Amino acid sequence: MVIKILKNFFSRIFFNIFKNKKNIKLGFYGPPNAGKTSLANRICKDFTGEEIGRVSKVPHETRSVQFKEKVEIEYKGKTLTFKMIDTPGIATKIDYEDFLKYKVKKKEAKKRAKEATQGVIESIKWLDDMDIVVIVLDATKNPYNQVNITIIGNLVARKIPVLIIANKIDLKKADIKKIGAAFPEYDVVGISAKYGKNLEEFYESIFKLSKKV
Amino acid sequence: MVAKKKKKDLGKIRGFAIQFLPNSEIRDLGSSERIRKILGIVLGNNILILQGRLLVDEEIRLIEDTMAMIGHVKNFRGIELAVISGNGQEGFFSKMKKGLANALSGGDLGAITIIGPATIVKEIKHNPKKIELLLNK
Repeated sequence: MVIKILKNFFSRIFFNIFKNKKNIKLGFYGPPNAGKTSLANRICKDFTGEEIGRVSKVPHETRSVQFKEKVEIEYKGKTLTFKMIDTPGIATKIDYEDFLKYKVKKKEAKKRAKEATQGVIESIKWLDDMDIVVIVLDATKNPYNQVNITIIGNLVARKIPVLIIANKIDLKKADIKKIGAAFPEYDVVGISAKYGKNLEEFYESIFKLSKKV
Repeated sequence: MVAKKKKKDLGKIRGFAIQFLPNSEIRDLGSSERIRKILGIVLGNNILILQGRLLVDEEIRLIEDTMAMIGHVKNFRGIELAVISGNGQEGFFSKMKKGLANALSGGDLGAITIIGPATIVKEIKHNPKKIELLLNK
């Protein structure tokens, strides 16, 4: 009887370790148009040859959660398997008229706004399911946005490891130091998802965070 | 055409007020009631200045509820939200002291939360030293 209990106990522990290490849920969160899908696409393309979703200059292009299962990332001879979860951008306001500036027709803009609000709700609901979250911020924008602070606060409360990405470092206006100053307690990695710049440092940080899962 | 239409819509706003809400008004309320109260004030075309701040899970619920209301409440496009709280550069003991004081007083009373309807508040520019409210014309 005792042997059976011990056997079950150890097999459960090993199963959990095996399960976690084999399929780490990696979420991409952040405000709209920060480059979450661009980064997820870059990783997926590099390791699976396929993209996860469409990118666009129009905000809220991703309006529902997108997945890519079993993405094996290899870095310095080690391989980890991730479930990539690309989420719609989180915002506190969505005005269909903002889409009209991008020459989207009124009917389509209203539809897009409706879907975008649902997308934000869906993103929030998924927070609990993540193992690691990558917060993707646009390095050319002011990081002191309450949405960023609220997302990070919620991840900390849920004890989910966080990595902050300062994306778009290829642009002149990019300011990684400002993002680092806004979130001094976190690792901030500057990258350009569009051009694949500094992804090595990104992978190194992800592998480091995976140890906490 | 777009600019003309926007002007017409914004013309519907007849005015707004700035309402201050002391923490004592929400301290004893549950999360749902707090959020309902806050959204009720904001939907009345008020810019709310709240003493203290919401819990992190309340802040995210506020965003969720806001999103759920867009498209269901006429002319509601969401909110602008900002929290001013300390300078974030405190040492360990100062943080511990603050944490203890917060626990005793029932929240971070040194913080200020500003919430306004997006139809009135265009943007809240926030940096560690100042906060600017940009209003729609």
